[in-house]
Amino acid sequence: MVSLVLPRLIGLPAAARRSVSVMERNAAALKSAYWLVLISGFLEPVLYLLSIGVGVGALIGDLTLPTGQVVTYAAFVAPAMLASSAMSGALAETTFNLFGKMKYVKLYDGILATPVQPFEIALGELGWAMLRGAAYSAGFLGVMVAMDLTTAGRALAAFPAAVLAGFAFGALGMALSTFMRSWQDFDLMGSAQFTLFLFSGTFVPAESYPTVLRWLVEVTPLYRAVDLLRGISLGSLGAVQLFDVGYLLALTVLGLTVAGRRMGKLLYK
Amino acid sequence: MSALTPTLAVLEFHLIGYRRTWRGSVFSSFLLPLLTVLSFGVGVGAYVDSGIDGVPYLDWIIPGLIASTAMQVAMMESTWPVLSRFEWVKTYFSQAAAPLRISDILGGQLAFTLLRVLLTAAAFLLVAAGFGTLHSAWAPATLLLVLLVGAAVALPTIAFSASIHSDSYLALLFRVAVIPMSLFAGVFFPVESLPDALRWLAYVSPLWHGVDLCRAVTLGVAPAWSVTGHLLYLAAWVAVGWLLAHARFRRRLIG
Amino acid sequence: MTASNDHALIHARGLRKRFGDFTAVDGIDVDVPRGEAFGFLGPNGAGKSSTMRMVACVSPPTGGTLRILGMDPLRDGPAIRARLGVCPQLDNLDPELTVRENLTTYARYFGIPRRVARQRADELLDFVQLADRSGSKVEPLSGGMKRRLTIARALVNQPELVLLDEPTTGLDPQARHLVWERLFRLKQQGVTLVLTTHYMDEAEQLCDRLVVMDAGRIAAEGSPRDLITRYSTREVVELRFPTDSQQDFAGKLTGLGERIEVLPDRILLYADDGDAALAQVQLRGLEPTSVLVRRSSLEDVFLHLTGRTLVD
Repeated sequence: MVSLVLPRLIGLPAAARRSVSVMERNAAALKSAYWLVLISGFLEPVLYLLSIGVGVGALIGDLTLPTGQVVTYAAFVAPAMLASSAMSGALAETTFNLFGKMKYVKLYDGILATPVQPFEIALGELGWAMLRGAAYSAGFLGVMVAMDLTTAGRALAAFPAAVLAGFAFGALGMALSTFMRSWQDFDLMGSAQFTLFLFSGTFVPAESYPTVLRWLVEVTPLYRAVDLLRGISLGSLGAVQLFDVGYLLALTVLGLTVAGRRMGKLLYK
Repeated sequence: MSALTPTLAVLEFHLIGYRRTWRGSVFSSFLLPLLTVLSFGVGVGAYVDSGIDGVPYLDWIIPGLIASTAMQVAMMESTWPVLSRFEWVKTYFSQAAAPLRISDILGGQLAFTLLRVLLTAAAFLLVAAGFGTLHSAWAPATLLLVLLVGAAVALPTIAFSASIHSDSYLALLFRVAVIPMSLFAGVFFPVESLPDALRWLAYVSPLWHGVDLCRAVTLGVAPAWSVTGHLLYLAAWVAVGWLLAHARFRRRLIG
Repeated sequence: MTASNDHALIHARGLRKRFGDFTAVDGIDVDVPRGEAFGFLGPNGAGKSSTMRMVACVSPPTGGTLRILGMDPLRDGPAIRARLGVCPQLDNLDPELTVRENLTTYARYFGIPRRVARQRADELLDFVQLADRSGSKVEPLSGGMKRRLTIARALVNQPELVLLDEPTTGLDPQARHLVWERLFRLKQQGVTLVLTTHYMDEAEQLCDRLVVMDAGRIAAEGSPRDLITRYSTREVVELRFPTDSQQDFAGKLTGLGERIEVLPDRILLYADDGDAALAQVQLRGLEPTSVLVRRSSLEDVFLHLTGRTLVD
């Protein structure tokens, strides 16, 4: 897979080529156990969809959205599961794995002795996380279409949006990991992540939250990603979704900038 | 010196380590379940108009969440920490070099795990009382039930963690066992609505038995199975788990 | 010989590295011409590794000038590193890859085509005598094998300049000799080697020229032989007396040899003719519990320059 695409990229500028070489390393490190983890990672959001969307959905019945649209609970929850899994996949790869490689394996010390620069490592790692995230998203959108929770056309449109959400969280995770001091900080991040998962308009419309909580929720990145993907998959797009796209793009740029600067400082001591 | 003294010494080792990390665990093992109560019990519950079997969704989901949290705390404590004490920090080997028996080392590990389960469940139970969701004088028995659920999942997990050398398998365990159990063992919706094959999988999982028992004692309703049947089934997991874990520990530490 | 051969591959003037209040490298001048095997000798904390990291362009200097291969490390980092081979003090091999994959993926960081990378990996595995372990993971390798693999990895881009930080620290004697022998071959092939070490035997074996570093400064510079002639005598007599009485006996040795150093466990008597000096010790009626007459080494040079031993 990756190695088939790569030779064509050699013509790109040196920096891109060096980022790709970091991705190649990850492809080479794919071994049996990791493959199983990768595949099982795809199942996770599907299980949530079946349990909450279908199981709890049977108790709820149809949902009338603030826009007046009536949808099944599963169709309401599915895009949120897509956004959450884009978040958790991107964060896991860019924080937990990145931190381990940086602090414990000292993998990057070895790479830094080569022409590859910190920012190129960051880009390579992000690209790798995105390859995996994109595959998950495509699979999940397929499940949504099969369960009749969205149409094939909308699913196609939602795919780039899911990838964008992945990039935003990946870039954010990279920036965060440069601030991590120990594994204990990851517990904190995991908790923050789970809190976002619970309250980003994921399981009930944000409009049903108390006002203050609603405002708080609406500025968080997961809410913006859920809003974007739900708008696309339910076919109820508006100006807000344009704002969502801008927000996620801005987060990607900001995250990468911070990560690039800080990685340079942390690694070139 | 009683026969338990060496086990207590091992427990003490774990408690000393816990002094450094308890703050993080307050967040993950107590605050997060509480937020889950708010998000699902209160948030989603508002949309479950008729409740379940005449019980409000919030009241119905809380005992399930207590049992499921007990399972997760027990599993967390029996995975990475156990692997690390064999593979990375090698604590168990230094303990085995002292005049401790395998059962002391394993017992100390289990005692610490159950202590954490107990503390988490007790805090959760207080919150449940605060929400006014406990409807039976039997509710405090939840604390005994979570210990049983904790031991039933912790011991086989300890045996598993002692058999592997890479933590990739632990991530896998969470994905193929812990997450499906939390989602489909009757915590969020009744297992009766599952297709037959899946329902039987739920019946096999130790968590469902714990959920059903906890729900019976907090709501004051009859469980779906006989109480004795539930208890015996969980006890069987504990017994087999202990034997497996003991054998793995023996092989790693002495063999 | 091209014009660039006349330039020093490493050129440093007043080079300095500070971490907060701590000065690791305190203004050193170094020139390493092409083809030389150059060593930084000094105890732990002397500033050798900090110097090496600056030369490897992964640590910006705090002061002074530094040119590597005629270029500025701050501006041309990637271009310089493309022509360097680095063997760090602690092996940072990739535990998730096999022995051979460690070389091939590393080659890709230099933009070496995959086919060339595979071919070079096999040649290098032969060179460091690891060809039979090529499919193995890194973890089960012995310390010496890991070190040799790290050295092979440093050669994957056919570097002009190879930096080796403590290449044999932590290895058993047999493994050390194997590493030395491979490094010696590299040297014969004309590769410029720069290494740090706190072993004087290593410096004597491998280095054409070296600097003795102490507390971030250069204490002396020259070839191993040079330094020994300049700062020590031809031979040394090591005398051991019963514990706690070294100081008393040291008093009774005054006037013998050229110089005396009293260490906690032994007395060193410096003299060009060791046997003659020992005869005089015995003439004074002193009876050490053990005696060793040996040739001077860089250890003695270091002791003389700093008043401390290298390895303690």
